[in-house]
Amino acid sequence: MRAVIVGCGRVGATMARALDTAGHEVTIVDLVTRAFDRLPATFGGSAVRGDGTDEDTLRRAGTEGADLFLALTEGDNRNIMAAQLALEALGIQRVFAKINDPVRAQAYAELGIGTICRTTMMAGALLGVLGQPDGGEPSIREGTGHGHEVAAAAGPVRGEG
Amino acid sequence: MFVLVVGGGKVGYYLTKELSESGHEVVLMEKDRTRANQIADEIGSIVVAKDGCEGSALAEAGANRADIVAAVTGDDEDNLVICQMAKHHFAVRKTIARVNNPKNEPLFKHLGVDELISPTRMILGSIEQDIPVHELLHLASLSGDFELIEAQLDETSPAVGRNAREIALPEGCAIVAIVRDDVAQGISGDTVLRAGDKVIATGRPECEPALHETLIGVAIA
Repeated sequence: MRAVIVGCGRVGATMARALDTAGHEVTIVDLVTRAFDRLPATFGGSAVRGDGTDEDTLRRAGTEGADLFLALTEGDNRNIMAAQLALEALGIQRVFAKINDPVRAQAYAELGIGTICRTTMMAGALLGVLGQPDGGEPSIREGTGHGHEVAAAAGPVRGEG
Repeated sequence: MFVLVVGGGKVGYYLTKELSESGHEVVLMEKDRTRANQIADEIGSIVVAKDGCEGSALAEAGANRADIVAAVTGDDEDNLVICQMAKHHFAVRKTIARVNNPKNEPLFKHLGVDELISPTRMILGSIEQDIPVHELLHLASLSGDFELIEAQLDETSPAVGRNAREIALPEGCAIVAIVRDDVAQGISGDTVLRAGDKVIATGRPECEPALHETLIGVAIA
């Protein structure tokens, strides 16, 4: 499959290496060239310097119609925007955004994008090891792949926050 | 009218000040505490020193009963998230986002932001008005996704020498007026267009290529 990763931090670089090793076609995007130092010398995919929330950059990087899009930068909102761009403008069906704020993670899962929440994940794992109940909130949610219209049809609920 | 402004930069600061002076109820959210305190010292305790991207902070600032949320931080991605949270979590009737990259406009609109303000686009528009080009000029964005555009006709334009009735405009477009010899005038079916006329028309952005072809001819881009 063709995978696009935005953000070459620890998580991004690890995913890029793993998917590349598994034989997938990987494109990784980061604002800073030095971030690509995290990739192994054997990395066979392409590394593109640019802003992953910029539609032009993503198109230039040949991300249109990819099979998977992972937004893994340090900024929740940057990830949210990149993922929505991928879903709505680049026609990528399977997208995940790393969203560390659990409230936002849930809100955007409802809007159709896949989310992964480090906060919930780490707290859950730690509580598990300690034998404590973890509240049962999922730390990773699959998106619907449909984007905006379908999600919006559910309608907003005034008063939730 | 209760307006929630998010982002305490220059735009947010002056916006809050103006709204407050004209008697509206307004709350400003600015996540940087030092900046928030500084603004509060000047314009009073209508500043919430919290991140407007967070649901709980929005709730605290009164997003529940806001008529309008204006997201005017310097970052497009933050403004998008603020508006989406306001819309989907708090059912705010009208959300306004400042957009720096004009290319983000279609995405933001598609994702449900009601009103987009792009300083880049505005300055661009102003510059374009001063350059005589064979292009459609954007004069303004109207509500309902309509645009007001101006087409400058010259001798080669296919619309020249024909009356308004003969010109097959794209579906959903209309000629509003023409400017001839620096005088604006309304248009009837009998008005014959001449070289030098400026045609003011309105339509949706997707009609633009067809409108361009009908009035000016194939783009010289």
